[in-house]
Amino acid sequence: MFEAIAFYLFAFLTIAMFYITVTTSQALYALTALAAGMIFISAFFFILGADFLGAVQIVVYSGAVMALYSFGMMFFDTTRELHEKQGNKYIVVGLATIAAVLVVLIFSAPILSNNITALYPMVEGAGNTQEVGMVLFTKYLVPFEVAAIMLLVAMIAGIVLAGKKMDASLTLMTEAEIKDMRKQKANKTKEIV
Amino acid sequence: MEIGLNHYLVLSTILFSIGLVGVMRRKNLLILFFATEILLNSVNIAFAAISHYYGDLTGQMFAFFVIAIAASEVAVGLGLLIVWHKRYNNIDLDYLNTMKG
Repeated sequence: MFEAIAFYLFAFLTIAMFYITVTTSQALYALTALAAGMIFISAFFFILGADFLGAVQIVVYSGAVMALYSFGMMFFDTTRELHEKQGNKYIVVGLATIAAVLVVLIFSAPILSNNITALYPMVEGAGNTQEVGMVLFTKYLVPFEVAAIMLLVAMIAGIVLAGKKMDASLTLMTEAEIKDMRKQKANKTKEIV
Repeated sequence: MEIGLNHYLVLSTILFSIGLVGVMRRKNLLILFFATEILLNSVNIAFAAISHYYGDLTGQMFAFFVIAIAASEVAVGLGLLIVWHKRYNNIDLDYLNTMKG
């Protein structure tokens, strides 16, 4: 009973938050709604007994990814109104529905054909974190290490890409210098457009 | 009423559709990244639900790897986005057509 109440409550909240994310015209609202939706999604993981996954969801998504986005948004002009692509609404909705049905088919095909056996069954008497550790560090050790290398590569790429031309500090420049820089930037944009 | 696997799969589908509509309708690249996060998260819910209802930990393992990939994707993507914004002073998808033949 409580499971059902929790499921429907969090389902409603998650859908509402993500709907706001994709429809709002303010980037800041989108960011906040997305962060809230991520936390609500971790509730599903707790309901499903995947405690460790829920904790990782909160730490990584609401902590790391959202912080990264909010730092990234400092670089962009977020006060500007976002424009929507002018396209055929029906085509967009139709394509989204088809792709979603495809996802369900992919997930339900093995279930329908009754071809599922637990590869790494849950261990009796062990907590979720312990089980995850046992499987992750025995069967999935190589993918785990590869994921670590991938995160290192991503970190280096982020530093190299975002760290370029960081020497120009707006707080140390005079108003005239900033204006001059803005003008140069605007000219550059005009040339390209 | 008992909550079954189908409930979670339907929820995952709804969230996936929302994310897809976001990817296809929005012009701002930042919102495009947000929509990608929604897509990845909806699939994670499906993985965790299947893992729970079949007593198998493989689903949770894949959810972990999806989270790791999402984190590194954000780092690289935001770096590229910052470089783009520095050069062209906007992050609209419509200006990103320099490879047009």
